[in-house]
Amino acid sequence: MFNLFKKNTTTDNNSGLEQTTSLKEKLSKSRQSLGNGLSSLLLGKKEISEELLEELETILISADIGIQTTDKVLESVRQNASRKTLKDSEGLYSFLKSELNKLLVEDTALDVGSEETFVILVVGVNGAGKTTTIGKMAKSFQNDGSSVMLAAGDTFRAAAVEQLKVWGDRNGIPVVSQSSGADSASVIYDAYESAKAKNIDILIADTAGRLHTQGNLMRELEKIKKVLKKINNNLPQETMLVIDGGSGQNAINQAKEFHKAINLTSLSVTKLDGTAKGGVIFAISDELNLPIRYIGVGEGLNDLRNFIPSEFTEALFD
Amino acid sequence: MFDNLTKRLSDSFKSLQGKSKLSEENVRDAIREVRRALLEADVAIDVIKVFLEQVQKEAIGLKVREGLNPSQEFIKLVESELTKVIGSTNESLQLNTQPPAVVMVAGLQGAGKTTSVAKLALYLKEREKKKVLMVSADVYRPAAIEQLRVLSEQVGVDFFASTINQSPERIVQEAKSYAQKQFYDVLLIDTAGRLHVDEQMMSEIKVLQRTAKPIETLFVVDSMTGQDAAHTAKSFADALPLTGVILTKTDGDARGGAALSVRHITGKPIKFLGVGEKVDELEPFHPDRIVSRLLGMGDVLSLVEEISRKVDHKKAQQSAKKMAKGQFDLSDMRDQLLQMEQMGGMESLMGKLPGMGQIPDSVKNQILGGAQTKQMVAIINSMTTKERTHIKLIKGSRKSRIANGSGTNVQAVNKLLKQFEKMQKQMKKMGGSKMKKMMAQMNQMQESGQSPAGMPDLSKITNGLSGNGGGNKFPF
Repeated sequence: MFNLFKKNTTTDNNSGLEQTTSLKEKLSKSRQSLGNGLSSLLLGKKEISEELLEELETILISADIGIQTTDKVLESVRQNASRKTLKDSEGLYSFLKSELNKLLVEDTALDVGSEETFVILVVGVNGAGKTTTIGKMAKSFQNDGSSVMLAAGDTFRAAAVEQLKVWGDRNGIPVVSQSSGADSASVIYDAYESAKAKNIDILIADTAGRLHTQGNLMRELEKIKKVLKKINNNLPQETMLVIDGGSGQNAINQAKEFHKAINLTSLSVTKLDGTAKGGVIFAISDELNLPIRYIGVGEGLNDLRNFIPSEFTEALFD
Repeated sequence: MFDNLTKRLSDSFKSLQGKSKLSEENVRDAIREVRRALLEADVAIDVIKVFLEQVQKEAIGLKVREGLNPSQEFIKLVESELTKVIGSTNESLQLNTQPPAVVMVAGLQGAGKTTSVAKLALYLKEREKKKVLMVSADVYRPAAIEQLRVLSEQVGVDFFASTINQSPERIVQEAKSYAQKQFYDVLLIDTAGRLHVDEQMMSEIKVLQRTAKPIETLFVVDSMTGQDAAHTAKSFADALPLTGVILTKTDGDARGGAALSVRHITGKPIKFLGVGEKVDELEPFHPDRIVSRLLGMGDVLSLVEEISRKVDHKKAQQSAKKMAKGQFDLSDMRDQLLQMEQMGGMESLMGKLPGMGQIPDSVKNQILGGAQTKQMVAIINSMTTKERTHIKLIKGSRKSRIANGSGTNVQAVNKLLKQFEKMQKQMKKMGGSKMKKMMAQMNQMQESGQSPAGMPDLSKITNGLSGNGGGNKFPF
């Protein structure tokens, strides 16, 4: 289903050969399991009928785009069809692509090239894939020649610190941590001081997973941000929400609440190597106007990809 | 916040007021509303289709029972059909086997397997007095084994140490034979998160299943999962003979459509809900809660039932009569307060209404008017019978007498009187005709011994609250 990943794996020289093949294999599996994609629906010149629109609705909703965004897209299809600017199913494909792309914020690659240490604060609900994403991000920055440090800010979950340390050890990346149960803000503060002293380019701070409905835990994040801002008002330069690609409409609430509490600057979407399509990010991107930085497409170190809106949109329809 | 399906349904049924049967035509709009509600709740679209066909079949020709309006009748139907799909009873773990009874979990990455294993361990130890051993067969995720070890200490359950250099199969084998020798009642096996499309990992878990021969294989699923829950559940159910489901992270505000999808596709009961981050936050599954949440109705349904169970019908009827005549007095207010108290107080009632979980306490207090039911009752008790019916009598010295008698102060008495006046105004606004209708309903309910809307103002309460949080619509 995910054409873009196939493309990426063939052009990505960094990825290990073994991973590339297995990823290809995985994706071909999921591709087989999805029969009724949009391309087959729109094959040949068909009139834009209510039946066609209904099937289109099913495809969009099945991708977790959500009923409101789907309504919005279908409404615009209907209008253009009645104005005859949209004549048949062939034109519909590119029309849909551009409509959906409009919802996504044009990607802006993360600019980490500054004099001072660039801080990325990573937040999200439990089990979204924060720690794994951090590991992969760190690796990719390291590959690009930057020096990286990790802050083990998840002091709540059992063995979360160890999990990050294992990642660090495997890749020769220093991890700043305190004992489990320590104050997350203080761990991250220490890590920043240490990174600055050692002239580290990028500091990535992990935080404990938390449901956006838990007020006290959201305030803990506010505190982390406040502590960093006290050092320098432009810290952290990046506040990234990690969203599980399999999430449904609740991800919209997640994004809103996290954004309200700590002003996000970007999103990353994980676990897109299964059959989940992560369509909910169209609604999030539309509502919150936030760019998507990365997508996670596998467990390997190189399975974190830069997000490219058009490719993502295309993948929905395969 | 959730749209209120109840309200939307009553809108779509407006044209039907007074009709006594549901027909294909008038059910169509309602079905559309339910479809929307379920889609918003992330129920898989294929599952919705099958479900709504069933609802439609049942709905057409359905007679609207006396005392109910068409939308209430329809909601009842949707509720009972949903309950049918999701399972009407709570099925616990089946551990009757030659010990150790092996319980294995399976699921996607980040679903909450490891946390659930620890919670289950504590649950079995505390509530079922079992001797439990747990082991991790997750040799992939960094520090996964360590995570379970730390959790085992937290819950005070024995842990069988494994290392990432062992094969998961060997780990499971050794753990089981150790559990046998040491006479453990239950062996809990945590497994690595895996994607259902990852053939290698799926065949690994099949091997684990054959090796461990678990009596329970539980599929762990995140309640925030979207449409993909259906695919995932199907693949896991095809690969493994699942015996049940654990739905995690239900303490968020997700509507949990995944529960319905997974239940429908696997046919296996949801056995537990994860309701918080702490190790004791695991609860046996309650179908009714999930059903009303799916529809975005809070616990309105169970609220309705609870009220009909607890409300004192006679008193309610008397109050309604008085209200109709505009003779509602402080004694009636006291009766209503006491009945509210019986049902767990305003706070508990409000907690069951849709979306109320989201409202901060400060706002709630405002809505409640800081109402201390006990205090209010005490104040009314300190009045004479005459004062209760003629509140105009209550002036300066009477006020201080009442305040003294109830152990409160004059301000509290004033506040109560103001609230009562507001309430009276509200009653008048509701008007005579509506009141008469309510009376008719009351009588029916008395005869049938069942109450669709026991409290005379229930619909006011629910509409007012869920619609705009308008606390001023409260009768008090």
